[in-house]
Amino acid sequence: MRKVYLDHSATTPVRPEVVEVMNQYLTNNFGNASSVHSFGREARKGLETAREQIANLIKAQPEEIFFTSGGTEADNMAIIGTAFANQKKGKHIITTQIEHHAVLETCHHLEKLGFEVTYLPVDKNALVSVEKVKEAIRDDTILISMMHANNEVGTIQPVKEVGALAKEKGIVFHVDAVQSFGKLPIDVNEMNIDLLSASSHKIYGPKGIGCLFLRKGTKVEPLMFGGAQERKRRPGTENVPAIVGFGLAAELAGKEMAQENERLTKLRDKLIQGILEKIPHVQLNGHPTQRLANNVNVSFHYVEGESLLLMLDMKGIAASSGSACTSGSLDPSHVLLAMGISHEIAHGSLRMTLGKVNTEEDIDYCLEVLPDIVAKLRSMSPLYNSGKIEN
Amino acid sequence: MYSEKVMDHFMNPRNVGELENANGIGEVGNAKCGDIMRIYIDVEDSIIKDIKFKTFGCGAAIATSSMVTEMVKGKTIDEALKVTNKAVAEALGGLPPVKMHCSNLAADALHKAIENYKQNMQKNTQN
Ligand SMILES: Cc1ncc(COP(=O)(O)O)c(C=O)c1O
Ligand code: FES
Repeated sequence: MRKVYLDHSATTPVRPEVVEVMNQYLTNNFGNASSVHSFGREARKGLETAREQIANLIKAQPEEIFFTSGGTEADNMAIIGTAFANQKKGKHIITTQIEHHAVLETCHHLEKLGFEVTYLPVDKNALVSVEKVKEAIRDDTILISMMHANNEVGTIQPVKEVGALAKEKGIVFHVDAVQSFGKLPIDVNEMNIDLLSASSHKIYGPKGIGCLFLRKGTKVEPLMFGGAQERKRRPGTENVPAIVGFGLAAELAGKEMAQENERLTKLRDKLIQGILEKIPHVQLNGHPTQRLANNVNVSFHYVEGESLLLMLDMKGIAASSGSACTSGSLDPSHVLLAMGISHEIAHGSLRMTLGKVNTEEDIDYCLEVLPDIVAKLRSMSPLYNSGKIEN
Repeated sequence: MYSEKVMDHFMNPRNVGELENANGIGEVGNAKCGDIMRIYIDVEDSIIKDIKFKTFGCGAAIATSSMVTEMVKGKTIDEALKVTNKAVAEALGGLPPVKMHCSNLAADALHKAIENYKQNMQKNTQN
């Protein structure tokens, strides 16, 4: 059976070039990067090369990159670190309702510690309005944290405009770029970004490694204490093989970005058009154009997402859904709800995120099996024909 | 995450659809995740002659709907009333813990359909 992986926003396979370089650092160059001897120096060299590769991709200085265990840790470090470092100045933080849980739960935690957080709403396409950000700013606002591209619906936020606003008001600006790093051009200076989170496993690098860009001069309290690694901001022996892999993955992503985006945009639009043409009662979730080149998110009315995923899986297609039934908490996606989408429509959401391995044949195959699956589920649905859901 | 039996009932659900001459219909919504299940029964001489379901829900919800219809088809309504949510889940070889609430739908919808049938009968004798 044909296997089609359409869940690249969840994670990606490690590309062969990256496996190769990691292998070298797992075996031959296994040294501790803090050691003085030649083994240590080899490891150190790999570590610093990776730092440069990553800095280059976002136009930062290498000494502004701090390796973490992934996007979640980078988000925590940025938000909690900024909050603690600036609490004498103020205790107000601005973020949005559609952030990843790594940001939302961190903000909830800070609320328990006495900070105040404004969660900005979004419009029906999941766009944050710059005006709303402006209105939310107070004298005691110390941080604005906003994602670059949304992981569920792919909507790209006006990061540059918000960055300019934050700079004008002297507020620290954090961007969760986990879904855009290596996929969209980022210039931390032009965009006035002070802190930026990135993760390796979304760009064909290994899991469990990421980084925080921390602009020189930005005050952030460390969350962990120990050795002098990462200039004491993130102590602990560095995971050199993963870091080296992350570095190469970032460099290659940068080199291939323009071409790959063009290719993926074509596939994405073909998939979206095909679905809208072949299947009735369906809607596109997220911005029609201002979206990641690899993101397709649609809702099929009258069907439930988990059943959809199971049936797709039986046909070899791997995707994801914002249905309540697929979340451990049994709540539908907070992103879809924030966009004003009803529970029922969120139930029938399907996210397909494309990547390097996907071809036009994969899209054709998807468009071949999807209509039958949706029809089968609708024939079982008590909502279909009952008029309970309106377009 | 689902047993083979669950997947079998999910992929090849038994008794899907509506019954035009149903004399009992039961519908329940799942308070937990907002899903809906509807069961139609055709009862004759206290025996469930025919039964059909329609479900808007996850794999477990569809599989339990299918299973419960199979368990009670041809049974008396008294026997059907004794079918519990737990029995349905067990007949499917168990469900993952997060999905236990889905099995509640099936037996509840069935019991509601039987209740509805009894009410209909009462109305008929009163007329
Ligand atoms: C927008 C966003 N932020 C943060 C994360 C967390 O990253 P990680 O898995 O590296 O901890 C993810 C991953 O799904 C994400 O999509
Ligand atoms: S019906 Fe929603 S989780 Fe089973």
